[in-house]
Parts: sequence; structure tokens; C-alpha cells
Amino acid sequence: MKKCINSIIILALLLTVMTGCGKTDSGTVSTDGSTSMEKVIGALGEAFEENNSGVTFTYNPTGSGSGITAVAEGRCDIGLSSRNLKDEEKAQGLTETILALDGIAVIVNPDNPVNDLDLETIGKIYMGEITNWKDIGGNDLEIVLIGREAGSGTRDGFESITGTEDACKYRQELTSTGDVITTVAGNPAAIGYASLASVKETVKALSVGGIVPTEETVKDGSYVVQRPFVLVTKSSTELSATAQRFFDYITSSEANEIISSAGAVPVKN
Amino acid sequence: MKNRKRLMENAIHGIFLILGLITVGCVLLITVYLVLSGIPAIRKIGVLKFLFGKKWASTAAQPQYGILPFILTSIYGTAGSIVIGVPIGFMTAVYLSKIAPPKVKTVIETAVSLLAGIPSVVYGLVGMMVLVPGIRIAFHIPDGASLLAAIIVLAIMILPSIIKVSLTALEAVPKEYEDASLALGATPIETYFRVSVPAAKSGIAAAVVLGVGRAIGEAMAIMMVAGNAPNMPKVFQSVRFLTTAVASEMSYAADGSLQKQALFSIALVLFLFIMLINAVLNFFLKHSKE
Repeated sequence: MKKCINSIIILALLLTVMTGCGKTDSGTVSTDGSTSMEKVIGALGEAFEENNSGVTFTYNPTGSGSGITAVAEGRCDIGLSSRNLKDEEKAQGLTETILALDGIAVIVNPDNPVNDLDLETIGKIYMGEITNWKDIGGNDLEIVLIGREAGSGTRDGFESITGTEDACKYRQELTSTGDVITTVAGNPAAIGYASLASVKETVKALSVGGIVPTEETVKDGSYVVQRPFVLVTKSSTELSATAQRFFDYITSSEANEIISSAGAVPVKN
Repeated sequence: MKNRKRLMENAIHGIFLILGLITVGCVLLITVYLVLSGIPAIRKIGVLKFLFGKKWASTAAQPQYGILPFILTSIYGTAGSIVIGVPIGFMTAVYLSKIAPPKVKTVIETAVSLLAGIPSVVYGLVGMMVLVPGIRIAFHIPDGASLLAAIIVLAIMILPSIIKVSLTALEAVPKEYEDASLALGATPIETYFRVSVPAAKSGIAAAVVLGVGRAIGEAMAIMMVAGNAPNMPKVFQSVRFLTTAVASEMSYAADGSLQKQALFSIALVLFLFIMLINAVLNFFLKHSKE
């Protein structure tokens, strides 16, 4: 009799423990990849952790290429890439989902009469083929190239879009967006680049090929100095329940505000 | 009773010893860590290629890790700031200790202490907003972020330590020396420079050591004014120092990559540099005493 009661109690205890498990999720979501997405994915991960107690979110900033490899090898749940997948990567059974778009504004001093440049000219300027503003309709001033430090996501994005990888003749390599904006604001001959969301009125954002950079022109693709933030998953294997919930959450319109405040342009309406 | 007292004494001695060893432990820990994490990249790149390579392109498709531009920039920058900062600081100290009326002395001394308390990021910010555009306009160059801007900022940053340490040294010179010199017919200025300053020689040299140490180790302020492009140093060229080379790329370098290891190697080179400078200056200090 006593034994029976004991086992009933134990069973009851077990049941309460198990139902407890169902309520507080203790899963993990691991992401790996692009350093440019650090701010966006970090903010989303934090929000997700806050809404789901017990869930652990991890992010390993290794770079787009390593992130894609990691997800292909099953070392993480979701890979992060700040470029579209190549065809051979898709052939490996990887799927891309665009999380957001990142517009990069090309900025000059407000005193600079130049308002518009095309992508090719920007590339030539940064590679040192055009060195004076007067050649492109500005004042007779030597162009001062302002950029970001090696490894910065914005630099990587800008150089890959303008086709100037490893070829930029920077005059200054600064370590933050704020420093770039301050420097460009203080030098009438400077040109720089910064994430669209952080551009202030102390500098002038150039239109590229006649298209003014705004959230709309980034979204419809007409402003070309932009790149996608891509979530990479494996088509053959299903995500774990927690990872799937995270995926659904960050691709829903609920996450838009967080994405915008982290400086990117959300794609969901 | 006596035994217990002795035990107590011994215990307290032990505690003090342990506290003293904490510093030694920290130094050892940092040295060992730096050497261990700095050696692999140097070995992979090659000592000569690393130290005397003229091109740094750590994220290029064909990465190159030559730190000669950083080494030369650090040497030129420190030397430049010493050339500007030491005469100003030294003369200020002589003036304060010997000539200045008490009221003026209090005001200047307070200002010097305040200067010492300003965080380096503020120096950098002011340099970026005022000095860099100022240099651009004054010298008619396209951009003011340059070695010159860094030298000026460093010179101002090392002033307080130079003034304070030389001041203490000058004030420690016995009054009798100066009285004797004056009594023999020397003018006050002759006395200060022929008697007081030679007597305070070693203290003033210590001030220079401190200045060199602070200048070569500074990162934040010069990162904001020097431009950070890995060029060979020229006065009006954008340059990168050893310190800023480590600080600017560390946050994005992937763990375990050669880039990150190379940054540790730069830190190791900087560390050895500071050791070398300290050793050389200590050597001269000892000699001048004898």
C-alpha cells in the first residue's frame, strides 16, 4: 500500500515537472556568419530570448562564407550571409530567405556641389583613378577618401558592390560610422560611406545613378548600393522547434521595428 | 603568548607578500600570454617579412602582414611628441619651481592637474573636430588627419607627466646649492640652469621616460586624428601606429585567423619596444647618476 502511494506521488511529481518543461522552452538557436549582420541579428536574438525564457541564442561572427559552410555542415541552425547565395551553394541544398536589406549611403560634405554619381564613377574615385572633384563637376579640390577599417561589414559591402575589393586608396580608415560622418562633415573635399540609417543632416547623401537613397528605393531595389541580409538554411533537414520559432519570429512583420532600429531595411510589410 | 604574537606577525607578513606577488603575477601572466599568442603568426609569416614588410593588407585576397610602417610611425610619432613636449614641459617646470609668483603657480598647477585628468578619448575628439580641420586649412592639404596631428595631440598629452615629475625633481634641489651660487655672483637664471637643473638631472630624465612611455602606448586619441591608413610615415600622411593597428582591427578579426594572431604579434612587438626603451633609458639614468 505504502509503495503504491509512493509511486503515485512520484508519478504526480514527474508529471508536474514535465508540464513545466513544456512551458519554459530550454532550446538553443545557434547562428553563424556575416559580421555585418551583428547588430541586426544580435537585437533580434535578444528580443527572442526576452520573450522566451530559457532559450539560449548564440551568434558566431565569422563572415558570410564561413556561415554558409557552417550551416551546410550542420554546425549551426541558421547561417547568416550578407550576399545572395551562389548557384553552386544552392545546389548543395541550401535555401536563402532575405531577412532585411542594408542600404549604404555615399556621403559628401554639404558644401560639395556634386549631388549625383554613378556606381562606376564611385568605383573609379575609390580606386584613385579620379582624384579631383573638378573632373566630376565639383570644385577644384583633391578628393579625400574616407573608409572603414579592414574587416568592417560596411566596408566589405561597399567594396563588393562597387567592385573595388582590396583596391581602395583610403586616406583615412576610421573605426566607426560616427567617425566617418564627423570627418566628412568637417572636410569639404571628403567622400565616405555609411549605413543609410545612421546618416545625419551634417552630411549629404549622394544619389547614385539618379536614385536618392531612401528606405523605399532600397526596398524596391532601384538604389543599387545595397545588399541583402540573408538567412541560410538547409532544405533537407528541418529546423529544431526552437530554431523554427526563432526563424518565424524574425521573418514576421513583428520583427520589423527591431530590424529598422538596428539600421537595416525590413522587407516584410 | 609570545609564540602567538610571532605567528600573527608571520601571518601578516605572508599576506603582504601575497599582495605584492599579485603585481608580479599579473606581469608574468601578461608576458607569457603575449609571447605565446604572438609567436605563431610571426613564425607563419616569417620574422623578417613581418618586421620589415612594407605592406599591411590583412583582409585582402592575398593577405600581407608587414608592420614596418607601424613601427616607424610609432617611433616618429613618439620622437616628435618628445621633441615638442619636453622643452615646453621642462621650461614650464623650471618657471613654476623657481620664478613663478605663488598665485600664478597655483593656477598653472591646477590647470596641469586638470590636463592630466582629461580622458584620452576627449583629446581625440577635440583633435578630430579642431586640430584636424585646422591643419588642413593651415597647410593647404586635402586632409588634416596626419602624423603631425598625432604628434601634436601626443605632445599635449605627455605635458602633465613631464611637468609634474620635473617639478618634483627641481623642488627637491637643496636651497643651499642655489644660495651658494647666487652668493658667488651668478644671476638667478644662471643659477637655475647651471646649478638647479643639473642637480635635478635624473628626475628630469625620469620625466622624459614617463613621457615616452605614455606617448608610445597611447591608442584612443591618435586613432581619431591619425587617419589609420597603413602608409609609410610622412608628416602630412595618414598613418597607423602599433597601438592603433591592434585596436582598430581586433574587434572584427575572426577567432583563430592569421589576422587575429598577427594582431597579437603586433602587441608583442609593442611590448618588447616599451621594454627596450625602458631598459635604455634606465641605463642612461644610472650612468648620469654616477
